[in-house]
Amino acid sequence: MVIDLEKFVLAERPYWAELEAMLVKLEADAALRLELKQLQRLHYLYERTSADLGKLVTFASEPETRRYLESLVARAYGEIHETREKPHRLAPLDWFFQTFPQTFRRHAGAFWLSVAITMVGVLFGLGAVALDTEAKGILLPFGHGEMDPAKRVAREERDGGKHLEGHKGTFSTHLMTHNTKVSITAMALGMTWGIGTIVLLFYNGIILGGVVVDYVLAGQTKFLIAWLLPHGSIEIPAILIAGQAGLLLGRALIGRGSRQGLRARMRSAAPDLVTLIGGVAVMLVWAGFIEAFLSQYHGPQLYAGKIAFGLVEVVLLAVFLARSGKRGSEFRVPGSESPLQTSTPNSEPKTQNS
Amino acid sequence: MKTNTLIIRTPEGIVFALSLAGPVTRFFAWLVDVACLLVVAQLLNSVIRFLGLVSEDFATALGILIFFLAQVGYGIGCEWWWRGQTLGKRLLRLRVMDAQGLQLQFSQVVIRNLLRFVDGLPGPYLVGGIACLVSQRAQRLGDLAANTIVVRQPQPRQPDLEQLLAGKFNSLRAHPHLAARLRQRVSPAEASAALQAIVRRDELEPSARVQLFAELAAHFKSLVEFPPDTTEGITDEQYVRNVADVLFRPRGKAASASVLQPPDTAVHTV
Repeated sequence: MVIDLEKFVLAERPYWAELEAMLVKLEADAALRLELKQLQRLHYLYERTSADLGKLVTFASEPETRRYLESLVARAYGEIHETREKPHRLAPLDWFFQTFPQTFRRHAGAFWLSVAITMVGVLFGLGAVALDTEAKGILLPFGHGEMDPAKRVAREERDGGKHLEGHKGTFSTHLMTHNTKVSITAMALGMTWGIGTIVLLFYNGIILGGVVVDYVLAGQTKFLIAWLLPHGSIEIPAILIAGQAGLLLGRALIGRGSRQGLRARMRSAAPDLVTLIGGVAVMLVWAGFIEAFLSQYHGPQLYAGKIAFGLVEVVLLAVFLARSGKRGSEFRVPGSESPLQTSTPNSEPKTQNS
Repeated sequence: MKTNTLIIRTPEGIVFALSLAGPVTRFFAWLVDVACLLVVAQLLNSVIRFLGLVSEDFATALGILIFFLAQVGYGIGCEWWWRGQTLGKRLLRLRVMDAQGLQLQFSQVVIRNLLRFVDGLPGPYLVGGIACLVSQRAQRLGDLAANTIVVRQPQPRQPDLEQLLAGKFNSLRAHPHLAARLRQRVSPAEASAALQAIVRRDELEPSARVQLFAELAAHFKSLVEFPPDTTEGITDEQYVRNVADVLFRPRGKAASASVLQPPDTAVHTV
């Protein structure tokens, strides 16, 4: 077939321009919802432009026009075949109080696995430091290895938290950023089929177990609880949830028991990973504040209040994760971006490297 | 087999070809981004030093927080607002895309950027670089997790066709049916070769120039045979020039203006 190119382009160009104008509108405003007639028109223009592209593909001397049409069809294809809902408004409170706990509950198994791995580490740390005095210097970071708990308690009770005067803000943000980095790493290491996440959780468990047994053996249990509970009640669950996200990523990568392909599994897991790690970041901001502005103040008169505060936090967190967002529907296809949204496997495009 | 082109075939049978960006180009784009972050850090340092006069603790805390947010949020922010591009990627004409040609989702942008923490291990993007080299679609771990690819979108340099081809009599145009057949039979690669030969003719050695145009003319003559009176008395170079004129300027100046300049040639895929 020989095409009269000039006539062809002149005839079809208005349709291309119309399609492009619609695409620009759709891309600029994520909240835009087209009416049925507009959708039908978009679909018609997409099909017409696709047909034009099909005609031009065999036409030798029009690389530019062909590239333009390819770009246009690709954009329209993305709009028409995308089944995941676009986030059309910012709703941080809904996200934190509904989406986050719902996502957490949907993958509760991975969380309990994360807890179990950490507990094995805790037991290892407990045993190592209790049975081998030299292990303390090797296993415990942040100067705890060389520190005598009794001396530290005496010094800090005498000091009354003055050592942080003028540095609380810096200390707080340092804690927030450091712990968030560790959490992101715990999640990202899920790409090592979850092995890296397991190692990181296990190592954190060792440190926790080592510190706990060190202070308990030194007779400083009350100090230890009053020191760790106010911030640890949020910080430790946050790291465990980051581990949950890492294990989730590892599971998506391995795909055991799933009929979906790797790409489909990854596509499903991505929104949940982002939700979990976002929730972890919020929790760590809170923990960072508490650690800098409350946990480091020591004194026998403060311990009961600090422990009570920590216990209240534990209860509230447990209720939040177990109950928050229960009213809304939780029937949701795992990984889809909106409630009750299903994927359409038939529209999955075929890809190949050439 | 690992190649640098990804072909996407939609359910309707439409085919797109995307050029995948290799690890070296991506590394340079990353260097540009790092340089941008360093400049921003320097500027922020000055502001923070000024704030330090009021409260040193507050200024340091703010500095730590902002640097952290910039480190984590730069890629996420840029790639979300600029539809898959950071400053470095814009400069090197790269773009992050969904691996299946669908819309790039916010969760994909976040995941691929957060996984830099692993891709960056243990040195500057060693894990990510190796993954990129080994992966069939040149994906680092973050891309694999987010189901994204990084494609090259080079801006094709448009030769000035009016300068090159216009203003000369073209005997091939006397036979429009044969000219149409020629346009149909010549492949895009052959058309491009003819145009490139004309554009670069002055860079060639005289003997190589004669030989190149002789071979090209012979090839085009074998595709479509024009009557002898049309081709008599013109050199091989002029023949190739006439062929390119027919291919790239179907009906002279007016047509070339409408055909070769589509409304927006910027590739703005998905």
